[in-house]
Amino acid sequence: MIYDVLITGGGVVGCAVARELSRFDLNIILLEKSSDICAGQSRANTAIIHGGYDAKPGTLKAKYNVAGNAMFDDICEELEVRYRRNSSLVVSFDEADDGRLTELLERGRKNGVQKLSIIGAEEIRRREPHISPKATKALLVGTGGIVCPYGLTIAYAENAARNGVRFVRNMEVSSIEKSGGLWRVSCGEKSFSARAVINCAGIHSDEINNMVSEDKFHISPRSGEYYIVDKKYAGYFNAAIFQLPTKMGKGILVAPTVDGTLLIGPTAEDIDEKEDSRTTRAGLDKILREASMTWEEIPTRSFITTFSGIRAHSDRDDFILGEAPDAELFFNAGGVESPGLTSAPAIARYLAELTAERLKAAPNEKFIPTRRAIPVFREMSADERARAIAANPDYSKVVCRCETVTEAEIRQAIRRPVGARTMDGIKLRVRAGMGRCQAGFCTPRTIEILCEELGLDPLEATKAGRGSKLLSHYLFERGSAEDA
Amino acid sequence: MKKELTCIGCPMGCQITAELADEKIISITGESCAIGKKYAEEELTRPTRMVTSLMEATGSKMPLSVKTSKAIDKSKIADCLKAIRESKAELPVHIGDVMIKNVCGTGADIIATKELY
Amino acid sequence: MRKVQIAVVGGGPAGLAAAVSACEAGCRDILILEREDCLGGILKQCIHNGFGLHTFKEELTGPEYAQRYIDKAIEYGIESRCGTMVIDVTKDRKITCVSRSAGLEEIEADAIILAMGCRERPRGSLAIPGWRCSGIYTAGTAQRFVNMEGIMPGKKVMILGSGDIGLIMARRMTFMGAKVEACVELMPFSAGLKRNIVQCLDDYGIPLLLSHTIIDIAGRDRIEGVTVAEVDEKLKPIPGTEKYYECDTLLLSVGLIPENELSQMAGVEIAPATNGAVVDEALRTSVDGIFSCGNALHVHDLVDFVSQEAEAAGKNAWLHVKGELPEAAERIRIREGNGVMGVVPQYVTSGARGSVTLMFRPRGVYKNASVTVSAGEEKLLTRRHRILAPGEMVSMKLDAALLEGRPGLSEITVSVEV
Repeated sequence: MIYDVLITGGGVVGCAVARELSRFDLNIILLEKSSDICAGQSRANTAIIHGGYDAKPGTLKAKYNVAGNAMFDDICEELEVRYRRNSSLVVSFDEADDGRLTELLERGRKNGVQKLSIIGAEEIRRREPHISPKATKALLVGTGGIVCPYGLTIAYAENAARNGVRFVRNMEVSSIEKSGGLWRVSCGEKSFSARAVINCAGIHSDEINNMVSEDKFHISPRSGEYYIVDKKYAGYFNAAIFQLPTKMGKGILVAPTVDGTLLIGPTAEDIDEKEDSRTTRAGLDKILREASMTWEEIPTRSFITTFSGIRAHSDRDDFILGEAPDAELFFNAGGVESPGLTSAPAIARYLAELTAERLKAAPNEKFIPTRRAIPVFREMSADERARAIAANPDYSKVVCRCETVTEAEIRQAIRRPVGARTMDGIKLRVRAGMGRCQAGFCTPRTIEILCEELGLDPLEATKAGRGSKLLSHYLFERGSAEDA
Repeated sequence: MKKELTCIGCPMGCQITAELADEKIISITGESCAIGKKYAEEELTRPTRMVTSLMEATGSKMPLSVKTSKAIDKSKIADCLKAIRESKAELPVHIGDVMIKNVCGTGADIIATKELY
Repeated sequence: MRKVQIAVVGGGPAGLAAAVSACEAGCRDILILEREDCLGGILKQCIHNGFGLHTFKEELTGPEYAQRYIDKAIEYGIESRCGTMVIDVTKDRKITCVSRSAGLEEIEADAIILAMGCRERPRGSLAIPGWRCSGIYTAGTAQRFVNMEGIMPGKKVMILGSGDIGLIMARRMTFMGAKVEACVELMPFSAGLKRNIVQCLDDYGIPLLLSHTIIDIAGRDRIEGVTVAEVDEKLKPIPGTEKYYECDTLLLSVGLIPENELSQMAGVEIAPATNGAVVDEALRTSVDGIFSCGNALHVHDLVDFVSQEAEAAGKNAWLHVKGELPEAAERIRIREGNGVMGVVPQYVTSGARGSVTLMFRPRGVYKNASVTVSAGEEKLLTRRHRILAPGEMVSMKLDAALLEGRPGLSEITVSVEV
């Protein structure tokens, strides 16, 4: 089997590229090294639709940020992804710094960002009653928003799969060579042949590029830690609140999420290892210290979890997009870090169109642009709930109590194209176990459903693939009794 | 010989020290009430425990919860657990059903503590 | 819409006792709504003994204790609906629930007793740094896997927190062939019962590390170990005291939180100190006709006290239905003084009769202390205690007659004096 296009990496960029490419009459495969798509920085990030004032004018980051931002309404409507244009605020807490807000405003205008203005203390407080009274001035970014980053990634993937893209998970690329005019992509024992390769490998995009191109670049992983605050603080902040970067650092953000929780973070620490998604005491403490400038009384008893995401910071300090100069039909989406999520729709469209043009692909006449989200019981009206239950009785079984996720939603998460295969996969798709009890109650039942759907034994079920088995052994079967 | 133990009579958790000779108590110190003294005497001469565990039930995915009908010698706990582990319950089982009579010669029976059918 | 006199949300020990007592008081129209497939609540998985000494004067296991109430409910013909999840409760006492058998259903009740129980504090809320790997469970979740499903979560176990469920699980895992390395407790004292420390840890040589905490979790897929450090008086880890323990499982027993999502939907006022409803001596919440009891109201130490409290809630709910519960016109606030945490009830009605049971948890360990109830400078009631500890709830009966003839009395204070 020869594929027209092989995509490495199932993050938001890879899945978006897959979906945009499926508009063309091409045979496409996507390889993801983890047990699920959306396993890297697309899963753990700030979940912001950035305005585009931050990037240096003239950079790819600036260009694709502004272009991507403008695409969100259409994309999220088409793919039924949860997002909100709730604006962003970049807040100054010291009059001496206020002038730098004007610099940001100017930079934003140069980048083509619309709806920028500077607001005073009174207007800040009117919009954000819980912000520290020390806030003096702020840049209001009307185009800023929030989005569910895994919701977007999974929606892109589902729609791509529906339009014929093949997704293969647990498939890590070990080498890429040109052979007989085709790219031969090896993953250990397995190999795939494709006319074109698109490198969307996130923090590993340098390794993939450097396998085929002499135009090498280097990614240094940079971790960002976060806290999530319980949804009882939903509505405490309306906009995403950035601190004006100072000499002391880029500042810590406090932002609502589309799920009603609040996100506080991130730190930015260069780390040695690309997969090191640990949280640290120092990092978590730093967040609290710095975030208290924005939110003076952070309810430390109301955290529901902490996490760390790894950003793919490249030594070129910008996105690396397009065909490698010395490797024909090898395309890069390298060094995509913040504002990568916002830029992803635009990057994907650009790379898909470029690839299609180079492959002289015809349009896919059967392309279906829309994707229906799994109907969310928690968000339904009483009538809708009654109808949902009548149509599918599994909607009457609430499995995750904290987030009111039903058995129907969990089963759909597994059955969908590119469906969940792990507990984390279910969590990302339907939020089961993502609420305040963090899966204490629903874990046993969710494992049962996962096993029923996939024909697994509970002992084979994993949290996130590989060795992340959830359970050890049966009480009354081989092994257990003898060990004692 | 000296023995140390923590009284379980109340949250005080008095640290009791007892002096023993030939398994006979010579003195008890550290307790602050009669409950402590009595506890120490029992615990040092003949400590006993209730044992609760799980038994395999044929044809059921769920294990059967069981208990000893009375407290047994502490030294017999391991044997008792082994006896439970090596037994199988046949369904249906009702609360109070005797699963093992006179377990390990302790004089206690192993009794079902849940309805399983 | 179906109408009932008393709807009980939750068929655990609290809900069952409330329903049974309401029935014994005379109510014949009671409906228990239970989300799981059978009654009994958390007791179903608490297969250890130690329940019922107060209520039944004998030592029962959890399933046996629950069965006593289930049998009574069946004997009385009380209707219970299992597999039924309540998803909404309104101020005017309309309940929305879902079940496979009846789909989405609305029920209107003259009185509602909220008895949803509590949940365990998870790892996330503690912000323990490290990997987000598998093999980390709350003690109760592990208890369910072992005792209900016969599946062991692991073989080499560390326990964080010395709450009773954690201690009980230390013994259970040991009984079932696992090796429990240690139980780590942040505070200089355990939150668990002394009996459990001796009989679940000491008996099996499991170390209890007081004033220690877990500062790092290792293992990128499944947990491989934890780093434990001693903490100072401010509960901050002391550098240089770190020790690594290998394990494949970490169980958390770091606190319970009453479940009150439904209470909040109904507009019931919640007390920050207990995370449960604000109630008066009749266990009335701030919403007319809605009562609360059991671990949903505040986390108890013994199920016997849950039953007692729930029985009162059941009786009062029936009085409310009959219109015989005196209106709570004027109320006296019960304040938490020195050393007192989460006193329940928070109010006593002026003119209440009989004795009012006050319950709270001591903030720390106090020896030879007295608990007093005072109105201003005047001490209404004093009880000496040889020992008070956060792990054991203090319960004291206040004769309501002591509050009579004090016009303008707006609050009384419960405090610990050393």
